[in-house]
Amino acid sequence: MSKELIRLSNLTMTFEDGETILDNINLYINDKEFLTLLGPSGCGKTTTLRIIGGFLTPTSGDVFFNGERINDVPAYKRKINTVFQRYALFPHLDVYDNIAFGLRIAKLNEDEIDERVTEMLEIVSLKGFENRKVTSLSGGQQQRVAIARALVNRPRVLLLDEPLGALDLRLRKDMQNELKLIQQRMGITFIYVTHDQEEALTMSDTIVVMNKGKIQQIGRPEDIYNEPKNAFVADFIGESNILDGVMLEDYVVKFFGRKFDCVDKGFEKNEPVDVVIRPEDIDIVPPEQGHLCGTVTSVTFKGVHYDTIVDFKGFKWLIQTTDYCPVDSYIGIRLNPEDIHIMHKSEYSGLYGDYSSYSAEYDEIADASEEEADEE
Amino acid sequence: MKSKLLACPYIVWMILFTLIPLCIVFYYALTDSVTGQFTIANLASIGNYLPIFLRSIWLAMFSAVICLVIGYPVAYFIAQCKPTTQRFLEMLIMLPMCMSFLLRTLAWVAMLEDTGIINNLIRAIGLKPLPLIRTNGAVILGMVYNYLPYMILPLYSVIMKIDPRLIEAARDLGCTPRLVFSKVILPLSGPGILSGLTMVFVPAVSTFYISQKLGSPGTTLIGDVIESQFKTAYNPNLGAAMSLVLMVLIFICVAVMNRFGESDGEEVIAKV
Repeated sequence: MSKELIRLSNLTMTFEDGETILDNINLYINDKEFLTLLGPSGCGKTTTLRIIGGFLTPTSGDVFFNGERINDVPAYKRKINTVFQRYALFPHLDVYDNIAFGLRIAKLNEDEIDERVTEMLEIVSLKGFENRKVTSLSGGQQQRVAIARALVNRPRVLLLDEPLGALDLRLRKDMQNELKLIQQRMGITFIYVTHDQEEALTMSDTIVVMNKGKIQQIGRPEDIYNEPKNAFVADFIGESNILDGVMLEDYVVKFFGRKFDCVDKGFEKNEPVDVVIRPEDIDIVPPEQGHLCGTVTSVTFKGVHYDTIVDFKGFKWLIQTTDYCPVDSYIGIRLNPEDIHIMHKSEYSGLYGDYSSYSAEYDEIADASEEEADEE
Repeated sequence: MKSKLLACPYIVWMILFTLIPLCIVFYYALTDSVTGQFTIANLASIGNYLPIFLRSIWLAMFSAVICLVIGYPVAYFIAQCKPTTQRFLEMLIMLPMCMSFLLRTLAWVAMLEDTGIINNLIRAIGLKPLPLIRTNGAVILGMVYNYLPYMILPLYSVIMKIDPRLIEAARDLGCTPRLVFSKVILPLSGPGILSGLTMVFVPAVSTFYISQKLGSPGTTLIGDVIESQFKTAYNPNLGAAMSLVLMVLIFICVAVMNRFGESDGEEVIAKV
């Protein structure tokens, strides 16, 4: 595996009003890695990025680049470039001059600048746009200029602060693929900030889930999704039903008054735990064959599947299924051992994973992401 | 429809107090003062006043540039302050504008006179008094003093509007603080610089009071000459012709400045 490039050690950031933005962040980032900082707004992900970029000085803790402490190195001396949220293109320069900006500051000769800018324009498919004003470009095109302007300097690390946030869904998906390809082709370390969990799962080698200034979990996308460490991660990445349970012994968990086989071990005997069941892992069966039986209270068509809410003894579960079960029908479900994931209790236990207020929660999520996009 | 109705008072105002007076100026400029016959003699005689026109333009431009040199750092400094400090400093800048223009100019007379405050001080420490008043320098000083706020305010508002992320982007791309200024902040303040220059130049070029009080017969400005046509020489036709020529000259100067600004791709006067 490639070697470590950036290390954040005991990073703490407190603002003047006493608000703690980052609380003891420890993180290393490998060379040529695509790492995503993922979390809701206000979780500290952008602050972390700005500290790496050199735009903020941490209250305490150190930033290392290639083994050297760079806390006091100003932004313009770091071999790091940034793609800013909303692009921050220079309105007084055209597309070509925007991209050439960093190279001219570095005083390269015009021939080389021309070569590299032309190459970059090709990579981001903006050939022929050289002399266009940046203000006349669409959001997607501005975004490409911003990426080209940063990448043309051949940085060791590219920081991306929600770069796709202002684009529509279709364009966002295309750009996700393109960014990933560019990253692999150019062999540059990407540190990517987003609140969109799907984007993070699609693009990253490593995901760092953050909340309230703390790292919740670091891992590969599959690990984060399949083995969430606590209720916050389970809820933030995808949908989860989270139940109270008790770990009777290795591989046996009890919830809803019933013992289930599972694949987790290493818990204390009779330790209270959070049990995560992903809505797409649940099999619907006739009531007589079910481990649990309940009544359907709501069905929403989502295209690929139905979001079905089932009431089990007052606790509502979300089940994603391609089988249509009408409201008020009585159904059973079966859980395979590998569908059940056990987590230690945490400060987030009991806060997430209950779909009793299902529709409201969905709306809230939609509103929150819209609000974030509308910020500033 | 409604928006058109709302514009009505302004349109009526413009017709009554701008368009019609302008026509009257044209009429006077092109008629003889005695016979009332059509003539271009008024315009033709303006050539005699060419040195005065040139001096007016030269002094006004010089003042505008000095205002820029003084005003830009001030505007830049205010833009960096905290919002509460900004409001206070803005008020300080505006404060002289609240006092009578005549009073401010007379105050300078009291300062610069041969027996004024400054020369009295100089005498008190045993030196020879300086010829301060009745010089080009005194006229420029008066212009700069009176019109400086018109430079600072547009500059300040343009600098305030520069997106701080553009500055971060420049730092990110390798700019030292000095390069951030020359590559991003200065070019982006272009519209403010041009509108500031215009706002100072236009009133300065047509002023008469400042040159009367702080200047000498040798520093007469075109504004003084126009004033005298109406008040002492009683030749309003020549005065009107001079106003007309002055107006055309101002238009030309402003157009040149705008053209100059267009190379940066920014319009200027529209933002004033």
